[in-house]
Amino acid sequence: MDTLGPFLEILIGGLLSGVLYSLVALGFVLIFKASSVFNFAQGAMVLLAGLALVRSLDLLIGYGFPVWAAVVLALVFAGGVMALTAYFAERFVLGPLVNQDSLTLFMATIGLAFILLGAGQIIFGSDVYPLALYPTDAWILLESVFPGGILVNKLDIWGGVIAGLLVAGLAIFFQRTKIGRALRAVADDHSAAQSVGISIDWIWFVVWLASGLVALAAATVWGTKLGVQFSIVFLALKAFPVLIIGGFTSVPGAIVGGLLIGAGEKLAEAYLGPFIGGGIEYWFAYVVALLVLLVRPQGLFGERIIERI
Amino acid sequence: MFYREAGQFKTSYAADMAVFPLRQDRMVVYLFLLFAFIGMPLLARFNIGVFGQDYIFNGILIPLLILSLAAIGLNILTGYCGQISLGAGAFMGIGAYAAYNISLRVPGMPLLFFILLGGGVSALVGILFGIPSLRIKGLYLAVATLAAQFFFDWVFIRVGWVTNYSSSGSVNAPQLNFFGWVAERPIDRYLVCLLFVTIFAILAKNLVRGNLGRQWMAIRDMDIAAEIMGIRPLYAKLTAFAISSFIIGVAGALWAFVHLGSWEPLAFDIDKSTQILFMIIIGGLGSILGSFLGAIFILVLPIMIDLVPSAFGVQVSVQTVTNLNFVIVGALICALLIYEPRGFARLWGIAKEKLRLWPYPY
Repeated sequence: MDTLGPFLEILIGGLLSGVLYSLVALGFVLIFKASSVFNFAQGAMVLLAGLALVRSLDLLIGYGFPVWAAVVLALVFAGGVMALTAYFAERFVLGPLVNQDSLTLFMATIGLAFILLGAGQIIFGSDVYPLALYPTDAWILLESVFPGGILVNKLDIWGGVIAGLLVAGLAIFFQRTKIGRALRAVADDHSAAQSVGISIDWIWFVVWLASGLVALAAATVWGTKLGVQFSIVFLALKAFPVLIIGGFTSVPGAIVGGLLIGAGEKLAEAYLGPFIGGGIEYWFAYVVALLVLLVRPQGLFGERIIERI
Repeated sequence: MFYREAGQFKTSYAADMAVFPLRQDRMVVYLFLLFAFIGMPLLARFNIGVFGQDYIFNGILIPLLILSLAAIGLNILTGYCGQISLGAGAFMGIGAYAAYNISLRVPGMPLLFFILLGGGVSALVGILFGIPSLRIKGLYLAVATLAAQFFFDWVFIRVGWVTNYSSSGSVNAPQLNFFGWVAERPIDRYLVCLLFVTIFAILAKNLVRGNLGRQWMAIRDMDIAAEIMGIRPLYAKLTAFAISSFIIGVAGALWAFVHLGSWEPLAFDIDKSTQILFMIIIGGLGSILGSFLGAIFILVLPIMIDLVPSAFGVQVSVQTVTNLNFVIVGALICALLIYEPRGFARLWGIAKEKLRLWPYPY
């Protein structure tokens, strides 16, 4: 019982912080499904959304708006910024690159990431901005079972709730709405979708907007946890191993992959870290992804259409 | 008018296979090398113009040469063999720390061997991380190289043996003693880098023109077709990884020993990787000349953003320079990928073609 308590605490903490990776990975998956673009700019989009949100929120509260109104307006503003980003990305970067190979598109999104990072920080500033949308205090659970109980951060719970809502919303969106069906058609076959009258430009804009909004949701949680700052971009890179583990085309894969990585790296840090020097959180996810690549390149939930050579 | 090949006949196989078949091209290259090897030291010796300042060597020319070398290395892998790598910074770091550790633990060897052995260790690690490329490609490989980047970042920081248990993590290079000649002044160190870069550029240029380079390009253009034609993907890819990592490792050792002198693990983080990747995308994928052009652009752009507004009396903060640099580089990458995927090197080629026909349109 003495060791089980800390183990459960680390496990729950890891799972819930894994939700953050899932949120970013979700944005990747949306774009990859619809356009086979591997979007390196997702981390930059999270930062941009966070900056737009926190700066407009500060400004509105400074003007004397009540907090709830300021939050709503700031969310709308940040959503607008993401819509603008989606339009820009589709119209000027990816539109002209239709039918190029995936490597070219990938490099274009690296360029896009730098545009978004630079422009976002020029417009909104480049300091660390604290964001306090969610409660950050801790709950102590199961005190009767374990000595000291299990410490759970309320913020992490909120992250989990948001991720759950997003996944449910996206599932309904993909399965039930007309645009969702068009989106899946585009994902299956571009030219066939075009031939039945689906506008690819419009669908891509919708997809980029959707992943921009997912980035905004991720930014609210990450911003509350770490403050809105540049290092979010590097943390967001962890979504790559998450995607490899979960599979590039699978929404549930992104969630499960994120949870596995989050729990795995926290447990590895706690139980392996002392033996080989701390800080293995930093690369653990990537090395696990490398091993998964060698054994099962399509990931846990991915479709088995990976090109083999 | 004066740039054309009329009257220049190829009378031997050697002339047919020359790197620069046109006399005018050869003259330009020779003059350029003459200036770089002899003119520059003379200018520095007699304090003429900006060449009297140490900054021009320490701050611009030495980094430029070393990063050009790294860009050549990455270009072999990404530009010629089509295997994208986000881990160039880590391989520079491996070269630097390997050279440092060999110099520490096997004293008595000439410095040149340390640098080359650093490249050798980097090549071995490159082969190791190249093995996944036999099963995966494209974006999956990008993640594998990203794994290398983060893993080695951690190794440099956390594994004490690598930094000889230095408490701050920063280590010092040995004295730059090349067979008794000590490179101390900026101009000396510049010449060391120039010599390395010239030799490796010539080697790389001839490598990519030859059998091996053609195998790489075949793999890049269509791996299945290449395999059917009898090219072994295993051999072609692993040689690309090895040679590319070797050159990047040598560049890393030079960066640490010659440019920085004493350095911290952060010198080889992911920023360095993306910087080198941008150099080859902007300069030209699959072009040795492009590696140089890209390195020049990426290094000179921030200096220009700093200098130009202040020349007009506008003060720009350091943050804004960095961010503006991001925006311009990002926008340029997107624009080049859309309009000229082969980068500045291709633009240069088009300009030469136009010059050959000038003053006629065709």
